[in-house]
Amino acid sequence: MSKINTDTNEESTMLEIDNLHVSADDTGILRGIDLDVDGGELHAIMGPNGSGKSTLAKALAGHEAYEIDEGDVTYKGKDLLELEADDRAHEGVFLAFQYPVEIPGVTQMTFLRTALNSIREANGKDPMSAGEFLELAREKLDELDLPEDMLKRSLNEGFSGGEKKRNEIFQMAVLQPELCLLDETDSGLDIDALQIVADGINRMREDEDRSMVLITHYERILEYVEPDHVHVMLGGQIAKSGGPELAEKLEEKGYDWIEEETGIQRSPQQAEGALTS
Amino acid sequence: MTPPESKTIEEIADEDYEHGWSMDIPATEAPKGLNEEIVEYISEENDEPEWLKEWRLKAYNHWTEMEEPDWPNVEYPPIDFQDMKYYSAPEAGEEEDAPESLDEVDDEILEMYERLGIPLGEQKRLQGVAVDAVVDSVSVATTFKEELEDMGVIFCPISEAVQDYPDIVKKHLGSVVPITDNFYATLNSAVFSDGSFCYVPEGVECPLELSTYFRMNAEGTGQFERTLIVAEPDSYVSYLEGCTAPARRDHQLHAAVVELIAKDNAEIKYSTVQNWYPGDEEGEGGVYNFVTKRGKAAGRNSKISWAQVETGSAITWKYPSCILAGDGSVGEFYSVAITSRHQQADTGTKMIHLGDDTSSTIISKSISADQGQNTYRGQVKINEGAENARNRSECDSMLIGDECGAHTFPYIDVENPTAQMEHEATTTKIGEDQMFYLEQRGLDEEDAVRMIVNGFAEEVLDELPMEFAVEARNLLGIKLEGSVG
Ligand SMILES: Nc1ncnc2c1ncn2[C@@H]1O[C@H](COP(=O)(O)OP(=O)(O)OP(=O)(O)O)[C@@H](O)[C@H]1O
Ligand SMILES: [Mg+2]
Repeated sequence: MSKINTDTNEESTMLEIDNLHVSADDTGILRGIDLDVDGGELHAIMGPNGSGKSTLAKALAGHEAYEIDEGDVTYKGKDLLELEADDRAHEGVFLAFQYPVEIPGVTQMTFLRTALNSIREANGKDPMSAGEFLELAREKLDELDLPEDMLKRSLNEGFSGGEKKRNEIFQMAVLQPELCLLDETDSGLDIDALQIVADGINRMREDEDRSMVLITHYERILEYVEPDHVHVMLGGQIAKSGGPELAEKLEEKGYDWIEEETGIQRSPQQAEGALTS
Repeated sequence: MTPPESKTIEEIADEDYEHGWSMDIPATEAPKGLNEEIVEYISEENDEPEWLKEWRLKAYNHWTEMEEPDWPNVEYPPIDFQDMKYYSAPEAGEEEDAPESLDEVDDEILEMYERLGIPLGEQKRLQGVAVDAVVDSVSVATTFKEELEDMGVIFCPISEAVQDYPDIVKKHLGSVVPITDNFYATLNSAVFSDGSFCYVPEGVECPLELSTYFRMNAEGTGQFERTLIVAEPDSYVSYLEGCTAPARRDHQLHAAVVELIAKDNAEIKYSTVQNWYPGDEEGEGGVYNFVTKRGKAAGRNSKISWAQVETGSAITWKYPSCILAGDGSVGEFYSVAITSRHQQADTGTKMIHLGDDTSSTIISKSISADQGQNTYRGQVKINEGAENARNRSECDSMLIGDECGAHTFPYIDVENPTAQMEHEATTTKIGEDQMFYLEQRGLDEEDAVRMIVNGFAEEVLDELPMEFAVEARNLLGIKLEGSVG
């Protein structure tokens, strides 16, 4: 977990996104994102459905369906966009998925141990034995109040919505990444589960170098997990940034006022979606 | 780490058949072509009794009247049956001086098996697995022979069984797959050269895995082995065959026949890891694997279980089947078939329910990548007299890429209203999202594919004997390298 460019002035910048344009299926989605995340910071990103929040997270994690049209992303002083998805993971990038994928027949134990060991190997560490892994996994399961048989079950298969989300946090706790991108991990959780997940996130924040980008629709999680910055995405751009008070204002007033204030539009289908919802 | 873009499919295809080498082993061969003299020659080379020679000639004469089947969903140019050799025996393994012990087995053959990862030597051999090694037409070595004999289990080349246990052989040979059964089985009956014979006496549960490793080495030679397994009442045996062949420009024909007979309360578990040479990236060369495998669950509460991992061959055409004759008998078929590049597979099973309270399970997993074509063809037949028969079939196909194909042809024929049938079929594509999920957690592309495919095939791989499950898992991964992404 050491920082790379300790001898530069930007010592604490972990992630620097500069004018990022991203498209999928030849349609532009992100239109010039600028965002700096310093080591130890937690940034919350809010914004209406379809504004591009998940696209940003997946593009940062290296999903091949998302084409980078323009812009730069520097992570720990390196060009992040040069790296394949697995290399980004080896460098400490973790994405908690909005929709965790089911992989039938693959036990979580096999999967997670393979993942952990490929990250360790890439960082010059010895692989963890099954015994050591089990000890680590048990400790983390316990913290997240998850049953041990979670390890024996097929990855995400048949997990309830809430279990899937908690499971993402469990994986994060085992892998101990440096940059955590959490995409709506709080959606679909009951009140107790929300508290457990928030505690999990806060435990990870005890490491002062670790940064987090937390995508959410609800101000509630931000009461448990205090953000340093709050951003609002609209139509593929960051339309407004502020502190925790911005989230409270959104909870009260919705997004229309930002549209009016900034002149940034949701795309037509997004506007339609907002009408019907 | 190499980015996936830098490897072309062709380059990977070239490296991925690791058993594609051949060795120069002096051999005794029959000339090309097939006629009565060749059939007699094979019989004489094996020093066979008159009845068997007659049996072969009868098959041959029947075969000349038969037509090659054209119903499988596979395409290949016509085979010239006069343009191949029907017998090739590596000299060290010839009948007259068959090795008494492994010390007498030719060094080159030991070396060949070492390279295949099947050490035959005393110190190195696989724990708990007795191996019969077959090169081209003949068996060259059998391990753990004495240990098996102490239990009364006979495990030897079928050519030897013909000499030493003629009564058992005569009684069972052709009793499950009659010599007139089908074009390739009939051809095999005429020209089969060697293969394994296994006899488990009443009440014996064979503690060793019995295994045959088939290797085609000589060029232009067909391989026609014949396997016969007889399990007497209350016995159990688990048998595994593995197969490899060198990379050759020409197609090689492999037309085997396997017959299993399980008597009262007996169980035979037959597993295959088939990795014959699949041909190159253009579809040149590769083995034609046209095989007839059938088991008869003859006794009450007997059980026949087939598990197969089919990864090789240019064309595979096989339907390991169960005739559930005994009341309460059980038939199982677990299959994983992979077709990549230009491979074609038409495989499945037949479950013929004759007895009361018989039950069968079919789990078929097909994986197609590149231009591979994979067909599941399965028949479940419940005879009129079979009361309370049950069948459960599950056929799942996985597609990798857009150029491959998966086809499912289930034939269900129920003549008794008390039957309970369950059939399920699914087709899935390895999703970009599944790949991304695993890669996001740090797995490279190959490990990600391996994991998804192994997960898909898990239910079947679980059925393989432990010693071979690991090999099979690796094989699935190797087969698909470079097919995704
Ligand atoms: N792979 C893709 N191909 C085509 N269009 C896509 C793809 N991924 C996202 N989009 C489109 O891009 C837009 C932004 O999607 P994205 O998932 O980033 O939104 P979001 O802000 O995460 O929304 P939500 O709050 O509903 O999760 C949407 O209009 C979506 O349909
Ligand atoms: Mg989203």
